[in-house]
Amino acid sequence: MKILVGIKRAVDYNVRVRVKSDGSGVETDGVKMSVNPFDEIALEEALRLKEAGKADEVIVVSIGPGDVQQQLRTGLAMGADRAIQVEAGDTLQPLTVAQVFKALAEREGAGIVFLGKQAIDDDSNQVGQMTAALWGRPQATFASKVSLNGETATVTREVDAGLETIEIDLPAVITSDLRLNEPRFVKLPDIMKAKRKPLDVIALDELGGVVGVAPEAGHHAPPEPRGRGIMVDDTAALVAELKNRGLV
Amino acid sequence: MSKILILAEHDGDTLNPGTAKAVSCAQAITAHGGGDVDILVLGDGIDGVAAQASALQGVNAVLATNAPHLAAPLAANHGPELAAAADGYSHVLAPSSTYGKDVLPHAAALMGVNALSDIMAVDGERAFKRPVYAGNAIVDVSVPEGAVIAGTTRSASWSAAGEGGSGAVQDRAAACEAAAHTRYVGLEGAGGDRPDLQTAPVVVSGGRALGSAENFDLIYGLADKLGAAVGASRAAVDAGYVPNDMQVGQTGKIISPELYLAFGISGAIQHLTGIKDAGTIVAVNKDADAPIFEVADIGLVGDLFTVIPEFEQQLS
Repeated sequence: MKILVGIKRAVDYNVRVRVKSDGSGVETDGVKMSVNPFDEIALEEALRLKEAGKADEVIVVSIGPGDVQQQLRTGLAMGADRAIQVEAGDTLQPLTVAQVFKALAEREGAGIVFLGKQAIDDDSNQVGQMTAALWGRPQATFASKVSLNGETATVTREVDAGLETIEIDLPAVITSDLRLNEPRFVKLPDIMKAKRKPLDVIALDELGGVVGVAPEAGHHAPPEPRGRGIMVDDTAALVAELKNRGLV
Repeated sequence: MSKILILAEHDGDTLNPGTAKAVSCAQAITAHGGGDVDILVLGDGIDGVAAQASALQGVNAVLATNAPHLAAPLAANHGPELAAAADGYSHVLAPSSTYGKDVLPHAAALMGVNALSDIMAVDGERAFKRPVYAGNAIVDVSVPEGAVIAGTTRSASWSAAGEGGSGAVQDRAAACEAAAHTRYVGLEGAGGDRPDLQTAPVVVSGGRALGSAENFDLIYGLADKLGAAVGASRAAVDAGYVPNDMQVGQTGKIISPELYLAFGISGAIQHLTGIKDAGTIVAVNKDADAPIFEVADIGLVGDLFTVIPEFEQQLS
């Protein structure tokens, strides 16, 4: 079975993001870029499935300009077998991305499309759900545990009410939540080895091109700061202040 | 003129407050140029939920679809049903809970439209604000004419629509067959008798300073005294003091209680992202330099192991 893993190039999660002074977006010049953390978790899970003998090949896919090849190489260094860059401009809507994953899943005959539940840049949390819908296959979002049993998978999902378990037929789309696993660190020899692994480039148009009407992003603003609070000296003053404000 | 359909969230018996908050967002849309707000309830044996939905102020009609295969909240069944019901509507909304986030994008893709996640403000019939980069930037987005607007509404940004409405409940037959490829196994609830963390007006949270799962009883005790829900920082969850579903923050739950009490939480950015819409934030921490004090409305430098017992004593 082949597993297709989506890898998005995103601002590193340790970077404190700042809005540009003209409001046209956020500052990305000279900012460290990394694999979206949820995608890294998805890739780790795919690699573990392969190492357990439940998958034959792990293919990492990224959509965007040439820069995304850096993140694909990181995926190859982690252990993916090969990579596909779908060449496109850098602001694609989730529906178009889903269209690409659906087309690639069919072309490759993938058993699982494994994605992060959301990217930490636009925080949309849509691509997995849309891919499943377009593909007409099951979706298991927010996965915190995945077990494969032949033609089906049992997935535990982190939902607001607790942990939900569903059983799905393969092929299917699974999206990872934070606690699915802890991704491995990449070792230097693996980075060298990754340079020799295959990386194919496919044009977006070849996979269906842009679909749907895109919402237009306009002005960006920093969030409104909270007003300055007060400090109290002891518990009595804290309780008095809360009673004063009618909160307890 | 807008014609808005809201997907209701419920547990079979009770309407989730996220639905009433989505109604407020819908009313902010109809405030620009008028329109109607309808609610779609999907489930099996959901007449009670439909009645609760129809009592929300400003609701025109409630479409109640009962079918055995809709009993579990599976996107494989609810997604296609929402897409079918959306025919003729200008906007389709759902609360941005794990349910809404699971189902709405699925339906949007079937409808061939893009979706907006976490709508936090409405600037016009087709113009909105939403957070990106974990709330570190707020972006204006507008949807060009010709496309149905599909979106989730960020519950922390909207107050619940009041009761006293009298929408008409209509039976709507299911349009889609059951999906055979996805089967619901079950839900292991966090549950208990405490209020739901996502919607409780008062939340008491503990961090790594608690030191152990046993010591978290202090937090539970105070919460029960206040009738509050219990939350935790990611550090406390990772240390194994409490289960995952209690985590508040960017990667956990984003909440907006009237009162948030944080004990022994230092205030990592990812935690602050989850609480910045709270009405009043109270922070108690031994470390006077903890970042939580930068956002706290009332701060107290002190040891939670002495402050919590004193707090309980002075409440009674």
